[in-house]
Amino acid sequence: MSGSKVTTLREAVTEHVRDGMTVALEGFGHLIPFAAGHEIIRQRRRDLTVCRMTPDILTDQLLVAGCVSRLVASFFASGSAGSLYEIRRRVEHHDPAPLETEEYSHYGMYCRYEAGAKRLPFQPLLSYVGSDLPELNPRIRAVESPYGEGKVYVVPPLNPDVTVVHAQRADASGNTQLWGITGAQAPAAYAASAVIVTVEEVVAPEVVRADPNRTLIPAHAVDAVVEVPGGAHPSYAQGCYDRDSAFYREWTPISRDREAALAWIDEWIHGTADHAAYLAELGQARWEGLRVAPAPSGSVSYGRRKE
Amino acid sequence: MTADSPSPDGAASTAEPSTAEPSTGDATATDGATDRAAPLSDVPPHSAEFLATVAARELAGRRRVFAGVGLPTLAVDLARRTVDPGVELVYESGVVGAHPEAMAEGIADSVLVSGAEAMLSMDALFGYVLQGGHVDVGFLGAAQVDRIGNINTSVIGDWQRPEVRLPGSGGASDIIASAREIVVVLRRHDPHALPAEVDFCTSPSPARARRREGFHQPAGAGVTTVITPLGILRRPDRYGELELAAVHPGVTVAEATGDVGWDLRVRADVAETPRPRAEDVRLLREEIDTVRLYLR
Repeated sequence: MSGSKVTTLREAVTEHVRDGMTVALEGFGHLIPFAAGHEIIRQRRRDLTVCRMTPDILTDQLLVAGCVSRLVASFFASGSAGSLYEIRRRVEHHDPAPLETEEYSHYGMYCRYEAGAKRLPFQPLLSYVGSDLPELNPRIRAVESPYGEGKVYVVPPLNPDVTVVHAQRADASGNTQLWGITGAQAPAAYAASAVIVTVEEVVAPEVVRADPNRTLIPAHAVDAVVEVPGGAHPSYAQGCYDRDSAFYREWTPISRDREAALAWIDEWIHGTADHAAYLAELGQARWEGLRVAPAPSGSVSYGRRKE
Repeated sequence: MTADSPSPDGAASTAEPSTAEPSTGDATATDGATDRAAPLSDVPPHSAEFLATVAARELAGRRRVFAGVGLPTLAVDLARRTVDPGVELVYESGVVGAHPEAMAEGIADSVLVSGAEAMLSMDALFGYVLQGGHVDVGFLGAAQVDRIGNINTSVIGDWQRPEVRLPGSGGASDIIASAREIVVVLRRHDPHALPAEVDFCTSPSPARARRREGFHQPAGAGVTTVITPLGILRRPDRYGELELAAVHPGVTVAEATGDVGWDLRVRADVAETPRPRAEDVRLLREEIDTVRLYLR
C-alpha cells in the first residue's frame, strides 16, 4: 500500500511534463486523456514528442497550440470524422513548420509499448513483409529467427518520459480500473518513467478491492491520481458518457482553417482556467445529451474463506 | 505455420455461389425463396447503398470478419441482417462478437462494446485472434489498390512531401499479413484508385512479400476481391493479378476495363452484379445508417 497520490491536474502536469519530453497520451478512441492534454496546452509546453496510436483531435489541438515537434503514431486521421487538418498542413505543406513523424501499424506501435514495458531490446511481429513502411521508418528492422523460420520484422521499445491515461476510476493510491476498450494504456503506463492517471471518480480502496480483475494499472505503476469528471470529452468513458460525435464533426472545419483552430485554442483552452471551466463553457444541456443509460455488468463473486 | 494455406482459389470461388441473390429476378425461380421475388432497388452502382449491399453478400458463409471504418461498418451490419446472421464481427479495438444496438460511428464506438461477446486487450486481438490465424476476412477501405493487390492508405505522391497525406496503416498492414483473405471497397474506379503500381505500399500482396527473400512469409492470401463503383475485381490465386469478374448493371465491360491503370483482364465468365433488393436499401437507410453518416 502506498499513500495518497491525489493531486490537481495543474500540479501533475507541472511536475511531470517538461519541455522536450516524450509523452504518451493513450486511449484508443475511448478514454482519450483530453483534459490532461488541454492542461499541457494551458501550461504552454514546447517541443514534445507525442506518442499516440491514433493521434485523434487531441494531437491536432496540441499541434495547433505549438506544443509538439514530433509525432509517433499508427494512424493519422480521426476515424469516421475525417482528416486532422493541422497534421495534414504540417506534413503536406510544412505549414507553419514541418512535423517529424515516426509511423507504425497499430500492432507495431502496440508492440513498441510492450517491449518498453518489458524492457526487451525489440519485439517481433508478422507484419510488414513486402510493405514500404520499413523503408519509410528505418526503426522497423528485421532479424533472422534463431529457430530457423526466416527473417521477421521487429520494432524497438518505446519508453515515454511520462504516460498519461484517463480511466473510469482509481483509488487514492493509484490502483486504476478501466473497462470497455482498454487500448494501449497498460503497456504504455508500464513503459513510462512517470504515469499520470486522470479518472472520472476517485473511489475508496474497498471499491477497487471488491473487483481486482478490473484493475489494469496497479498503484505501484502510478505517480499521480487526479479526479477529472468528464476528462475524456469529446471522446467518451464507457458507462459514464458517450462520444461527442457532433464535436468531432465540428472540428473538421475548424482544423481546416488554421486561424479558426488558433481561435478555438484561445477560447476553449487558454480562455478556461481548468477542465471544470471548460465543461461549464460547454453547457449543461450539451452534457446531458451525452449521458448514457445504465447497463450494469451484473456482478461476480470472488468468494472468501468461511470463518 | 504454412504460407500456402488457406487456398486463395477456394476462397475466391466460394464467394460466387455464396452470393445470396440471383443475377436477375427472372432466373430459375424454382426454390420458392421469397428473396427471388423480392422487388429490386434502382439505386445507382456508385451509391453507398449499392456498394454496401454487394459487400454484404461477399460476407455470406464467412465466419469471422475483421471490419474497418466506413463502408465495411454498413456492410457487416447489413450482412448480419440478411445473408448471414452468424457472421462474427471483430474490431481492432478489441471487440469480439459485437452485437451493436445502434450503428457504430467508427471502430471504437461504445455501442460495439455494450453487449459484445468479448472485450479483449489489443494484444490479444492483434496477437492471438489476428496473428494466430482466426480471422477469415479482413474488410478494408483504401485509396489505391494496384494490379497485384497491394494497398496504399499512406500517401499520394512523394513520400516526404506528399500531395495528400492519407491516414496510414492503422491495423491494415497487420490485417493483410494474417487474415485469410482481404475484401476491399473502393469509392472510385479510375487509374488513380486502380494504378498499375501503388505510390506507396502500406499493405503488401503475397506477390510483393515473396520478393523479400529470406523472410517468414505471411499466412494471408491478400486481396482476393475489390468492389468498385463499376464492378467487382478478383484475383484468381495467391500470386495472380486482379481480373474483372463482374460489372454492375448499366456498366459495360469496356467502361470497367478502360478506366484502370493497367490492361485489366476480363474473366470468361464475367457476370452482371445482381441489384440490391429494395429491402436491402430500406434496411440501410431506415434501420442501419439512420443518421446518414456513411450514406450521403
